[in-house]
Amino acid sequence: MLCIAILLMSGLQIFNAHPRLYWGDTGNEGDPALFEIYAEEQLEGPPIGWTKIGNRIFDTTGVLGVFTDIDGFLSGRAFPYWITLPSTQNLAEGRRWHFFFAWLFVINIFVYLIYGFARRHFQRDIAPSGADLRSIGRTILDHLKFTRARGEEAKRYNVLQKLTYIAVIFVLLPLMIVTGLSMSPGVNAAAPFLPELFGGRQSARTVHFVSMLLIVLFVIVHILEVFISGVFNEMRSMITGWFAIRPERGDSKGSKP
Amino acid sequence: MTRKLLTRRSALTGLIGGGSGLLLSGCERIVQIPGALSMLESAEQLSQHGQRLVLRQTTPLAREYPRSEISKNFKANGTTRPQSEDYARLAMTQFADYRLKVDGLVARPLELSLAQIRELPSRTQITRHDCVEGWSAIGEWTGVPLSTLLQMAGLGNGTRYIVFHCADNLAGQGLYYESIDLVDAYHPQTIMAYAMNGQTLPIPHGAPLRLRVERQLGYKMAKYVMRIEAVESFAAMGRGRGGFWEDQGYEWYAGI
Repeated sequence: MLCIAILLMSGLQIFNAHPRLYWGDTGNEGDPALFEIYAEEQLEGPPIGWTKIGNRIFDTTGVLGVFTDIDGFLSGRAFPYWITLPSTQNLAEGRRWHFFFAWLFVINIFVYLIYGFARRHFQRDIAPSGADLRSIGRTILDHLKFTRARGEEAKRYNVLQKLTYIAVIFVLLPLMIVTGLSMSPGVNAAAPFLPELFGGRQSARTVHFVSMLLIVLFVIVHILEVFISGVFNEMRSMITGWFAIRPERGDSKGSKP
Repeated sequence: MTRKLLTRRSALTGLIGGGSGLLLSGCERIVQIPGALSMLESAEQLSQHGQRLVLRQTTPLAREYPRSEISKNFKANGTTRPQSEDYARLAMTQFADYRLKVDGLVARPLELSLAQIRELPSRTQITRHDCVEGWSAIGEWTGVPLSTLLQMAGLGNGTRYIVFHCADNLAGQGLYYESIDLVDAYHPQTIMAYAMNGQTLPIPHGAPLRLRVERQLGYKMAKYVMRIEAVESFAAMGRGRGGFWEDQGYEWYAGI
């Protein structure tokens, strides 16, 4: 989690050095961008921060493009100081943080994957069973109605959880690593097929950014879910494996006094 | 309605900002601790040795592209025209009086005119230029392989790095310089380029001569190269980190 937070914040620092995304092998100012954040000076009044996604453009003054900086003055960077590492524009130091924690992260996820397979955690708890897949419709409905799992069912991951975890662990996180490597000119020379997988180096940069957004979304939803279903119980179960099931009314049949 | 939206947004921003702010101030305090930044910098060694492990074995070439892929829009970054009088004088005569010096730990120091350099066997390559900022552009470069110059000069024993001394004084912070090790110096795509996209190298892109090191980032590829020096160590130059941007905190090994 700390790793991901630091990778995210230093990554946004790196993005700020060139806050535009392209498709293909090349891309530069003057080339069409899929996504960009920029400040536009006004003849009168403060500058406007624009965020452009495809052909649509949004005024994001205050948060993206133009914001009140840590010193109280307006700044024209893409992502604001409170979410970049370091908080000031400093690409060199951002890269130092990013690559150190990228190595830590790779080692971390490698150990986790080996452990998960060796202890059969993935096979037992995360791979969805046939019954799981058949219950997908009901589970989606339950989620939409905010009906929570009860009793024994609450101990296991439900099918949506399982599919999401598979997507994050086996798709998004490895994708972050592979797209990251695809941006390295040294790795590109050794493995030219890497950037080609994504349609070029700039495409890999774009995919890196989009998977980052999806991982952030996952983390936010994950934290919200933990809050909804009881922080203490969930945290205890994550760390120790103990999970208490609240006895429910109506479960006590046959024990009438 | 708008009021509610605004307050919700600012509340959310505040919440996230508060959390990351805590992490930020923590991280920024950590970097103040002597040794912490150099711990972060140790990742460079991992990246360098990891890549070299692969790159040294097989000496792969950086990808070369067809002419149709050449970027129409190739940004000239950093200095676009050195300010010194000496350089202006050279430029005025299309660098007729330019002499490239090759010296340091060499058996036969060289002084070569542009005409002499153009007569040497050349290599033309269409490659992608990746800037540390994040953008990329494809260009065609023609020049003399650095290995040819080093063989002519005869590298002395004990040479570990090749240093490039340039004519530009970027942001008034001292003359630009760069260094590479012998693995990259002898790589076939490492050339001293005097032409770009079939034309004489334009001044914004480093005329009369610039370095191309295709498996690293753009800042390694020194422009306006005046002198090539073979050294054992670059510790005594600049702030001792091996290059202009390296002295500002960037990685010496820019293969990542």
